[in-house]
Amino acid sequence: MTSETAMETATTDSREQEMRQFISFTIGAEEYGVDIMEIREIKGWTPATPLPNVPRHIRGVINLRGAVVPVFDLRMRFSGTMTEPSAHHVIMVVSMKERIMGVLVDAVADILTVAVTDVQPLPEFEHRKDAQFLSGLVNMEGRMVALLDLEKLLLADTVAQDAA
Amino acid sequence: MTEESSTNDLSRFKTTYFEECAELLITAEECLLRLQEGSDDPEDCNAVFRCVHSIKGGAGAFAFTDLVRFAHVFETALDALRSGRVGLTPALAEVLVRGNDILGDFVRAAQEGVVLPPDHGDRVTQVLNALTGQGGADAKAAASATPAPAPESGEESFLVRFTPAANMLRTGNDPLMMVRELAGLGALDIRADLTRLPARLEDLAAQDAYLAWSFRITTEQGRQAVLDVFEFVAGDCAEVSVEAVGAETVLEPAAPPAAVAHAPAAPPPEAPAHDDHPVSLDHPADAAHPAEGGLRLRAEDKPGAGGVHTASIRVELDKVDRLVNMVGELVITQAMLGQQSNRFSAESHPELFMGLQELSHHTRELQESVMAIRAQPIKTLFSRAPRIVRDLSARLGKQVRLVMSGEGTEVDKTVIEQLSDPMVHLIRNSLDHGLETPEERAARGKPAEGTIHLSAEHRSGRVIIQIEDDGHGIDRRRVLEKAIEKGLVERGQTLSDEQIDQLIFAPGFSTAAAVSDVSGRGVGLDVVRKNIQDVGGRVSVQSQPGVGARFIMSLPLTLAVMDGMLVAVGGERYVLPLTNIVESIRPKPEQTHALVNVGNMLTLRGEYIRLVALHSLFNVEGAVTDPTKGLVVVVETEGGDRVGLLVDELLGQQQVVIKSLESNFRPVRGVSAATILGDGRVALILDVGALKAEGDRDGGGTAPLAAE
Repeated sequence: MTSETAMETATTDSREQEMRQFISFTIGAEEYGVDIMEIREIKGWTPATPLPNVPRHIRGVINLRGAVVPVFDLRMRFSGTMTEPSAHHVIMVVSMKERIMGVLVDAVADILTVAVTDVQPLPEFEHRKDAQFLSGLVNMEGRMVALLDLEKLLLADTVAQDAA
Repeated sequence: MTEESSTNDLSRFKTTYFEECAELLITAEECLLRLQEGSDDPEDCNAVFRCVHSIKGGAGAFAFTDLVRFAHVFETALDALRSGRVGLTPALAEVLVRGNDILGDFVRAAQEGVVLPPDHGDRVTQVLNALTGQGGADAKAAASATPAPAPESGEESFLVRFTPAANMLRTGNDPLMMVRELAGLGALDIRADLTRLPARLEDLAAQDAYLAWSFRITTEQGRQAVLDVFEFVAGDCAEVSVEAVGAETVLEPAAPPAAVAHAPAAPPPEAPAHDDHPVSLDHPADAAHPAEGGLRLRAEDKPGAGGVHTASIRVELDKVDRLVNMVGELVITQAMLGQQSNRFSAESHPELFMGLQELSHHTRELQESVMAIRAQPIKTLFSRAPRIVRDLSARLGKQVRLVMSGEGTEVDKTVIEQLSDPMVHLIRNSLDHGLETPEERAARGKPAEGTIHLSAEHRSGRVIIQIEDDGHGIDRRRVLEKAIEKGLVERGQTLSDEQIDQLIFAPGFSTAAAVSDVSGRGVGLDVVRKNIQDVGGRVSVQSQPGVGARFIMSLPLTLAVMDGMLVAVGGERYVLPLTNIVESIRPKPEQTHALVNVGNMLTLRGEYIRLVALHSLFNVEGAVTDPTKGLVVVVETEGGDRVGLLVDELLGQQQVVIKSLESNFRPVRGVSAATILGDGRVALILDVGALKAEGDRDGGGTAPLAAE
């Protein structure tokens, strides 16, 4: 629904190049969006092999058609509680900077088409734990969707760091 | 074609050219070394000439003038040699080997875009020029700055008739290059023959060669030099004739005055046999052995001669790696299907089982074929040995004979690359420390000439490389003294002979009484051992005092696959590299000790070994915490330290495909890589060295032993 109305605006709007598409997903009651171009595929949860000596929000590595891919638990990253994954949970496989990574979320919600001008900057008084990884907010018919800066979020963890 | 794409094309050609140069230089060196050893096979000399000529040809196309200049001098000397105008002496052979090195220097300089000092290789150049006595003509040919030498007598004139086959241009040969080369030989007068040109423009095929030429050339280099200009296009020529005119023929009085033509009845229909086999022109020298004729190159197939030409294509390693990876996946998937099929009965699904069996055969065969793509004969590595032995034996005043066997043994390219330094080091070591001087040998009743035997063979899925010498072996008394002195061994500790021999691999160990510049340059055999262990190999030494020593390197055939031991810890499975594993035991209660501030230890045959509990290090729940109820795998790190890893149980040995964690993530402490098991789950491959360090830091897992 949302996307359809957005598409209509897109076609009536002459500045079509200013539209961006996002995939939105949920973690608990929160809704987040990531640029659709960064998503490679979406797959159901498969148990990950835990890695030693890494932060707890890195759930481990999975086998994605022969590639060993790390999986990040966004709930753990943002709220400090581990996701209890079930078959209904979803791994969004993203590719950036020639790396393939997985993001564990509760469910995929929607595809959003948003005019760039409708993306609001993060209010300065926003004190969310995830604020540093957000690139903006979008209001979709009353739902607030936080747009994620995946690159900032994921690449921070790929730099070798000594946990101890 | 846009400017950009043409630049790209050029750089691509350059890359190919330099790849070819590297191969040509190696082939040339191999042949030169055979010549040096006294080979009288004319093909060796011809092969070197062809190599140098090809390098020069490409260099000319890319305008690497320095390279062209030297290659030309070198080529001229080689030509004098192969035509018999100059005899091969050991001194000359030596110069030629140096010449090949300098040629390599120029190639590298061109590749890296640096300019070598103008006098680089001067000494060799002078010797080569003196040899042919024709520095002047060479210099002129290559537009060099060398002062013109005194004019020589012996000039001859030839009438050359050159008619390219119609398709010559399409095979990448340009008549202009030949004209230029002719011009380099001496004064040249050219007449173009236009008679083959079609009368109507629409009949003219742009890619066909229509022109023919007559040349009158006056040169002092003789008929052979003129013929050589056309050597590489013989198959593409409708006609090449060289006729002596005027002055009498000095070099080949027996040569018939008529043209020696290489004239196929008709131009070859399509691009002739690919020029992996450059066809040599028939020339009078061949007339005496008509049977050999154009087949001379095939003689290389005979044993002992290298440089076998086989049809081949160049493929980027990346592409092969992708293929290797995918086949690895296929093998895993196939194994998974096999496991799943256990749920069905063979009676109810006969086709399924037959299909699975076929699949298993095919995947295995596919895997072997793919692995074979990356495999190279170890000859590429061994070919460096003669040179090292020769140079070094001269410097050390020792007489050494190098025997090589198993050069055809095939090993993965990456393994060969990793092996190069260790092999060179071990050969140096044998020469320097192992073999005695001729006087010492005579005193011991051995032949003055020592022998180093370099061999390679496949043995149970690994490649074994041995370097054996008949020197004095390891001086155990001195090794032990040194080890005690360096604190590697406790005084009074009793070691078996074998244990003493292996001490030479200990870090910081070097027994050379005087540090020579040969093998005692601060890096010892410990570095050799580390390099070899890095690629999943082992190195050991066997020695018999007074008789000789033998170094044995054992390596996996490929780096993409590793032999591992699958171990279980709680609900997790890990892979331990088999090369690290010494033994596994279930300790008795009296063997385990908890030492305050040190951690848990295990006594094994009087030796204390640190116990590292994997479950505690990796925070794995539900694992066996009591060493007497689990298993302790004793592993050896690269540094030679031993540590006992506590695991629940061993699940079995298996080959695993190595997957880097870095490609999508980053390095993780304690883990060297990952692999995918038969059920599709990822298992981590443990980094034993890092685990030991980790265990040292927190006392082998903070938890005290559950037992006691």
